[in-house]
Amino acid sequence: MLSFILRRLAVAIPTLLVLVVASFYLMQFAPGGPFTSERPLPPQVLANIEAKYGLNEPTWKQLVNYVGGILTEFDFGPSYKYKDRTVNDIIAQGFPVTLKYGSISFVVAILVGGILGIAAAVRQNSWLDYFAVGLTIGAQVLPNFVMAPILILIFTLWLGWLPGGGWNGGQWQYLVMPVIALSTSYMASIARLTRSSMLEVLRSNFIRTARAKGLPNHVIIWRHALKPTLLPVVSYLGPAFVGMVTGSFIIDSIFSTGGIGYFYVNAAFNRDYAVMMGLTILLGSMTILFNMLVDILYAWIDPKIRL
Amino acid sequence: MTNSGLGSLNPNQPKTAAMAERMAEVKGRSLWADARRRFLRNRAAMVSLVVLIAVLLFAFFGHYLTPWDNETIDWNVLGNVREKGAPSFATRHYFGFDDSGRDLYSRVVQGTQISLMVGVVGAAIAVLVGTVYGAIAGFVGGRVDSVMMRFVDLAMSIPYMFVLILLLVVFGRSVTMLFVGIGLTAWLDMSRIVRGQTLSIKNKEFIEAAEATGVPWFTIIRRHIVPNLLGVVVVYATLLVPNMILTESFISFLGLGVQEPLTSWGALISEGTRTMSYGTLWQLFFPLSFFVVSIFAFFFIGDGLRDALDPKDR
Repeated sequence: MLSFILRRLAVAIPTLLVLVVASFYLMQFAPGGPFTSERPLPPQVLANIEAKYGLNEPTWKQLVNYVGGILTEFDFGPSYKYKDRTVNDIIAQGFPVTLKYGSISFVVAILVGGILGIAAAVRQNSWLDYFAVGLTIGAQVLPNFVMAPILILIFTLWLGWLPGGGWNGGQWQYLVMPVIALSTSYMASIARLTRSSMLEVLRSNFIRTARAKGLPNHVIIWRHALKPTLLPVVSYLGPAFVGMVTGSFIIDSIFSTGGIGYFYVNAAFNRDYAVMMGLTILLGSMTILFNMLVDILYAWIDPKIRL
Repeated sequence: MTNSGLGSLNPNQPKTAAMAERMAEVKGRSLWADARRRFLRNRAAMVSLVVLIAVLLFAFFGHYLTPWDNETIDWNVLGNVREKGAPSFATRHYFGFDDSGRDLYSRVVQGTQISLMVGVVGAAIAVLVGTVYGAIAGFVGGRVDSVMMRFVDLAMSIPYMFVLILLLVVFGRSVTMLFVGIGLTAWLDMSRIVRGQTLSIKNKEFIEAAEATGVPWFTIIRRHIVPNLLGVVVVYATLLVPNMILTESFISFLGLGVQEPLTSWGALISEGTRTMSYGTLWQLFFPLSFFVVSIFAFFFIGDGLRDALDPKDR
């Protein structure tokens, strides 16, 4: 197990480094410095500003300073567009929002998807099964940027039940549509995975043995079949998490929830490279670390993987 | 299925001389003929194929059906799209107007062209690169293989959506940059699948025979391994096209993909979403329908091909 973790770390750490170095050097390619504007600054002023932000040093030293700042003080640097705001301010403002609707969506997708998948497999070829299969097919073509406008159309414009956007401290009315839009396609994938995995498990020998012993159906399903069923689902958690993070770009832009995705897309429009880089590194390393944790969890549950 | 066709080949039936003669004439079914037969019998896939061909025809020839182009702005409609811009056959604005007073039908034709192009070309590049890379890694094996696949592992664990957006922002938003950005990551999965298949084909006897007769390794890959990979590659490629379209639409929805005056399904859906509270629902409905229907069709065709070509199912 330890060697598996070490080997996994041997992939994760270089990946992190590649991510940081690549996004840092990409910024150097970007046309125009952070302070070029329509009205050119006098050279002395520019030199002073660049000295203040440490931009007059060689690139490699800037990189070292930047990474050092992240590691020692969790400081992702300033925003060059908004002088009074740092990337840390943006994270502090947007991250809790994204974390709230993101984690609720994550839980909803796993719970509903898992239960639907199990139910569909146990009652194979019933209406419930057809519903689940229909949902998984339908949800493939309903990514969040298609789901969200349809939801707004139905619940805000036609029925008038829910507010069409905003956050308002995360009251439940403002959470419903973002959570549905974000979780549907992942819920469907999880339902499909659970269903096929459960069907396979239910046909295996040890389940036949359990039936031969005369165990009641619910004991067979919950005590014996559930654990092996969930194995392939665990490996899907990584991609699902990534989808939740990138999905927040869409959610924030449609529902004006003001999460981290809003700031990211905004920074992309304003060419606020420093903010983009900071958020890329933060979200990217979270993704990489989460994927690693999922892999380790998987290996812990299923020893066959550790080879 | 008719009885005269396959039924007459049933070995349990009495064998007459005439029948034996006919049997001698019957050719064995090749792998591809078999796959084609299975595919043709899959109703969902066949319907999807028809739908997709219709969408393709729409993309290529749709602009012949309308007198309006995708650039002219109707100043009478601009600013009052809600009342004057609705779809109408009388004015031949079949899909109505977009928010800038342009003919939405022509815009959808244009968006369909670009989305399909990004999907097909992007998938083609990804398939080509991924197949060659995976086939080489799997065939050469040993240290080369492990280095090549380690690189794939590493590239796969970088969250590509961020990289894509970074590239688009730093190097400017253009269709070319979209191709590069999407293509950078899309071939990775392909290379893994192809490598796995290559590994299992590599140890077959006919490869050994080719090696023994001194066929150069590149020719072995080209002549013997790649043709045997085609089934998997075709299935994966058809599933890759809708995924490419989804990625492109995602990016264009955010406004970071194709730029005006070009457009794509994602950009049109985004515009429709922004304006739907004004009551101009057709601006959302038409692009969204084309998007959903086409993606559906691609997925069903991919599924049909998988059922047809997957030997495990026989």
